[in-house]
Amino acid sequence: MSWAPLVLSLQIATIAMIISVVVGTALAVVLAWKRLPLPDLFHALVSTPLVLPPTVLGYYLLVSLGPHSLVGRAWHALFGADIAFTFTGAVVAATVGSLPLVIGAVRVGLDAIDPNLIAAARTLGAKPMRVLATVTLPLASPGIIAGAMLGFARALGDYGMTQMIASERFNGLFGIQNTSPASIFVYDELVAMREDAARNMAIATTALGIAMLFLANRLTRRLHRAR
Amino acid sequence: MPGDLVADLALTRGELAIAAELRCPPGITCLMGPSGSGKSSLLAALAGLLPADGRIVLGDTVWLDRKRGVDVAVDARELAYVFQGLALFPHMTALHNVMYGMHHVERDARPAKARALLDQLGVGHLAHRRPRTFSGGEAQRVALARAFGRSPRLVLLDEPFSALDRELRAQLCRLVRELVGELGVPAVHVTHSVAEARQLADRVILIHRGKVIATGTPAEVLTEAEALE
Repeated sequence: MSWAPLVLSLQIATIAMIISVVVGTALAVVLAWKRLPLPDLFHALVSTPLVLPPTVLGYYLLVSLGPHSLVGRAWHALFGADIAFTFTGAVVAATVGSLPLVIGAVRVGLDAIDPNLIAAARTLGAKPMRVLATVTLPLASPGIIAGAMLGFARALGDYGMTQMIASERFNGLFGIQNTSPASIFVYDELVAMREDAARNMAIATTALGIAMLFLANRLTRRLHRAR
Repeated sequence: MPGDLVADLALTRGELAIAAELRCPPGITCLMGPSGSGKSSLLAALAGLLPADGRIVLGDTVWLDRKRGVDVAVDARELAYVFQGLALFPHMTALHNVMYGMHHVERDARPAKARALLDQLGVGHLAHRRPRTFSGGEAQRVALARAFGRSPRLVLLDEPFSALDRELRAQLCRLVRELVGELGVPAVHVTHSVAEARQLADRVILIHRGKVIATGTPAEVLTEAEALE
């Protein structure tokens, strides 16, 4: 049995995790800003992927990023490739699913910071960006790391949105060619009555997901203890 | 020259309306009053941490003048603020805490200057340790080193010694007097302890329910403060 689907899933999950940590941390910082207008609306918007059916989200992605969409056409003009039914589409789907979890975890990390530490940095002459880089983000790092791990695990397990926007076989990175992510591979193998392959891939994906969550918990606790 | 701190401030905290005129010459002014009288809020407003109406002038520099639309940002006010909970950065060593505000010192010279300050305050041995390992008194000294390391034009102290025993408090009061004397700047020290004010203050401002009710030397004002206690 080829492990290419698992490697492809790892590639997708890693890139989705990096994007969702960068974007999610930025959004969490904006959401924590006390003067944000309509905060409840923004919270609802960024949490939407948690409550909508994956097929609905996948439909939106297909409509907004498909070959005939504005973004799809612009992407094709710039890079000569499509988003839908490619590695890029799978990364977008995984990122959209991970983002609310990352934002939630980072917000917990930000909320745990004593506001006097931020005020102290300001009274010591630090401008807001320096406060963010030297005090806020380092102190929120347990939340950011937990968010990264959760985001990775969620991206690894995405099925619904990926099925909608990247159900076909496609190429990955570093020589991974013409295959499906692990979650879709398991379904395809089951339908094709190849239960052994489906079971092995399911077990490997489960082990990887558990390992990531275990690591996230260990790392977060260690960072808390170091303070 | 730093000059006097002159402030005429109005702000609201919950149901308390605070309106106070302060004049603090170089030296230590103790801001006294019962709990909830608005002392800490006034201090935070002087620093720019709380929004307030009115005017704040330090020497010839205007920090706040609402009528003219002047409101200098906290980070540009060149002040040192010692918080009640000290607010030492838990992820930095004592040395890095002290170096954090040393923008005025060449980068290469900062470690030596920070170390010298920690030594002066008797906590040089903590330079490479993080705050969670400090005792209460050690943390106070590091917080003072961080505040004075900034070479501030105004020092604001919000009951930093309230959790300490009498002996340690007396030691730290002497250190604060020494450091403020070296800089020759105004320092506003919030306390509700008459004993602490007697040891520290050149002047005392007594506040009650958000209003200044007495200003003068410790001898003139502290009897009144004792009555309020």
